[in-house]
Amino acid sequence: MGTGTEDGMIWSYLLDPANWTNPDGGILILLAQHIAYTVLSVLVAAVIGIPAGILIGHTGRGRFVGIGLSNAARAIPSLGLLVLVVTLLSNNIGPIIGVLAILALPPILTATAAGVSGADPEAVHAARALGMTGRQIIGKVEWPLALPLVISGLRSATLQVVATATIAAYVSAGGLGRLLISGQATANYPEMFAGAVLVAALAIVLDLVLGLIGWLAARRSSPGRAAEMAFAAGADAGQGDVGARPVSAST
Amino acid sequence: MIDWGWIQRNLAMIGSLLAEHVVLSIVPVLAAFVVSIPLGYLVFRTGRFANVVLAVFGVIYSIPSLALFVVMPVILNSKILDPINVAAALTIYSIALLVRSVVDGLRSVPSAVNSSAAAVGFGRTRQLFRVELPLAMPVIFAGLRVVTVSNIALVSVGAVIGIGALGELFTIGLNSGFLTPIYVGLVLSLLLALIADAIILLIQRGSLPWARGRRTA
Repeated sequence: MGTGTEDGMIWSYLLDPANWTNPDGGILILLAQHIAYTVLSVLVAAVIGIPAGILIGHTGRGRFVGIGLSNAARAIPSLGLLVLVVTLLSNNIGPIIGVLAILALPPILTATAAGVSGADPEAVHAARALGMTGRQIIGKVEWPLALPLVISGLRSATLQVVATATIAAYVSAGGLGRLLISGQATANYPEMFAGAVLVAALAIVLDLVLGLIGWLAARRSSPGRAAEMAFAAGADAGQGDVGARPVSAST
Repeated sequence: MIDWGWIQRNLAMIGSLLAEHVVLSIVPVLAAFVVSIPLGYLVFRTGRFANVVLAVFGVIYSIPSLALFVVMPVILNSKILDPINVAAALTIYSIALLVRSVVDGLRSVPSAVNSSAAAVGFGRTRQLFRVELPLAMPVIFAGLRVVTVSNIALVSVGAVIGIGALGELFTIGLNSGFLTPIYVGLVLSLLLALIADAIILLIQRGSLPWARGRRTA
């Protein structure tokens, strides 16, 4: 199969407005599906992962479970998990969101736990000395200090989900990956190329937006130290320990 | 639950998919390792500008792998079904990540150590090879482990465009509604990641005795 690069037509599918508005699988519909998958599954993962991460970070218990989880999660072939769940259950929205949420959970959980347990111990001791209860310490001290790292966890989770939602089209679940699959089935490289460009653009835009939100949160919560923490979160990709800006981003 | 007969009848196929999986995931790691150390050093030497370069690598890293697999033919002028697309895309990811590890590693070298080396008469090159790189290695190895494990997981995504190594077992299972190949693909992929990680850890322990006591990953 040729790539179609010779005749310079690779942009043709993307630039044809009819392909955007087509009511049966047009780009706008697929994009909406893709975003819906992403938002729903990150939300589900956050509802579970943030409280669990706070608990682990605040008590210091189960920290190794959290770290082990995020390292092991990196080894999971997301396509295999998706195919397994779809074959066992169905390719309805429920199982798909379930798989995406499972893949989004580790980065959120570990980043939250790292943020809470990494909150400046002097601030925590001061809060305790002032007579704050455990709940108040979490809400007024640890959580605000952890927020930049939590956002960076949400950012990694979002990238992971955007990438995996692309693969969802392989089990006939829609989303932008559909352009890749149907383009390949009909030897239409411009269609595949359009899908690839759109998915990449979506991932990059979401990454930059969440990166900006994280940066603003870091400046707000504590201009000196937290900004440093958020920067370190971005810089520790190679450490695999905190896993705050991990590596499972691409799938 | 698992059809052992199917596994036995298809051992040869499973073996060759496994071999393809190893090649497609490990060759990019080796290529990236060779490229990233000089590249990372150059980026490190640019000082403040390094953060800009690392941010660009971060953006590259955020591109979903399937999208990169599909765009590679335009960049390489290759056929869509050529496995080189998967290997090249994974090499790009690996470089994007390892360069960051190299820079982080070099930044972690205390400036007092560098000054001491200079004071006892180490030249720039000798300082790099005898002091900076050895001290940066634990961080670089941590990056290497992450890259290797995630590459092994990522190769199977290529099955979506027909080059998936062990991922092709997922295609077989999906198309026939048959679970055994899916389990085989998952287990072998996870085992491979585990073994590769352990091997790198052993190499690190053996080659960096000075880092044994330090906790890096």
